[in-house]
Amino acid sequence: MAHPLSGKVVIAGIGHTAFGKHPGRGTVSLNVEAIRKALADAGVDKRDVDGLMVKAPTSKFEMMYAQKLAEALGMQPRIGGVYDHGGAANISMISYATMAIEAGQCEIAVVSLADNPATGTRQAYEKSYGDDGSGLYGWFGTPAGYAMIAQRHMAQYGTTSDQLGAIAVACRRHGAANPHAQLRKPLTLEQYRESRLIVEPLRRDDCCLVSDGAAAVVLMSARKAAELKVAKPVPVLGFGQGQTSWDVALRPDLTTTAARVSAQTAFAMAGLQPADIDVAQIYDCFTIAVLMTLEDYGFCAKGEGGRFVQDGRIELGGQLPINTSGGLLSETGMPGLQLVMEGVRQMRGDSVNQVRGARTCAISNQGGIMHTHATLILGH
Amino acid sequence: MSDTSTAVLAPGPEITDLNRPYWDALKDGRHTYQCCNACGHRWLPARSECPGCLRDDWSWQTASGRAQLISWVVYRIAYHASFAQRLPYTVAVVELEEGPRMFSNIVGADAASLQIGMALRMVIEDEGGTAVARFTPG
Repeated sequence: MAHPLSGKVVIAGIGHTAFGKHPGRGTVSLNVEAIRKALADAGVDKRDVDGLMVKAPTSKFEMMYAQKLAEALGMQPRIGGVYDHGGAANISMISYATMAIEAGQCEIAVVSLADNPATGTRQAYEKSYGDDGSGLYGWFGTPAGYAMIAQRHMAQYGTTSDQLGAIAVACRRHGAANPHAQLRKPLTLEQYRESRLIVEPLRRDDCCLVSDGAAAVVLMSARKAAELKVAKPVPVLGFGQGQTSWDVALRPDLTTTAARVSAQTAFAMAGLQPADIDVAQIYDCFTIAVLMTLEDYGFCAKGEGGRFVQDGRIELGGQLPINTSGGLLSETGMPGLQLVMEGVRQMRGDSVNQVRGARTCAISNQGGIMHTHATLILGH
Repeated sequence: MSDTSTAVLAPGPEITDLNRPYWDALKDGRHTYQCCNACGHRWLPARSECPGCLRDDWSWQTASGRAQLISWVVYRIAYHASFAQRLPYTVAVVELEEGPRMFSNIVGADAASLQIGMALRMVIEDEGGTAVARFTPG
């Protein structure tokens, strides 16, 4: 049975910049563009926004960034700030905005993200994660952490490189049909096998794009959306979080993550089971993250993710189509809000790769090297 | 090894009063870890409070040198100039016999021969003037 909060708040609007490269533009400018578009999509006047939650940009740390953004927007929201959960921040913020709206802390909230690692600085993605001297061993770069996890998963469960490739093939197929996607070239398994090894066992085609861009969503109560005659409100049915938190070397289990408790919390709130989900948007920074998240969400048993993603099961027309606009592997490398937007489109019936009759969508967002996780369930 | 007069050094740790004993012990040929005097929890890397019971009553202990392999990766591209001449190279997560986990390199073995759970022993090597603990099968 669903939690009383389930369905009380809706996503009323979505907006984003072009995806790819925005040389010379800072993150405040990108955020402003995305927010302007999201407000227009929702039909909301900027003066009525009283919540502003923003993902911390990785390219440059700035104190009280959300307040700087509010100044650029000409807003003085009651509530908000910057959240630093990596790519899990988007859904975490959507959940806090939902709870804030229901608790009378604000009425219309904007959740946004902007980053420019492509033309700004990639330093956050390339450095050694540890101040503990791990650079002395050559431990650098985000792909390496995922490769360490993938190797363990392959050794424990027999997961194969071709199974990771099936995930890349699916996301690239979906991105190829999306006019807004950065990368619109389908990938065959043969091409995947020839893709250059980066940090073994991961190949270039296992790794997401690195992109500039911004996105924003507008949230309000279902009651307010009806009052404002919002055209296509999408109900928030459930959400949850889970935080593995510890460095890859230190976490007791490399192949199960806090995505499990995040999904359990979200499903419980929505009063749903994995079998009730029609379409999913699964954070695909690296193919192994998708495989493990599908397991941890309960779409298949732990260790069975490799078999689950094969034979077209996660492609359009399959049992559980995922990443229907291409995901981080193909649409754009933005950390996660594009997956929420595609979930909204699927529930509006508006996606370029629409799953016919889809009434529920599960979305995963995660941060770091599977350090943080958040789950969102949208639907009717 | 590369000619040290032109080699780019790998970024080292910031040496603090807290972690200095660890790096000094390696110069003396010993690998060490922290152990809580109150609850017995053992850990790396250096911390000022026990992550088990949160007290600040701990000591450095000498490790046996025995460990097991938890997982590994093989770098095929260089993220930093210090390793550009050493491709491909292996970075592993190892678990000391005493419990603590750490990143390190596997040396003296082909990556194709590695298996999770395999027994490892510590060897001390010089990394641009810093003594570091690396591991080899056996």
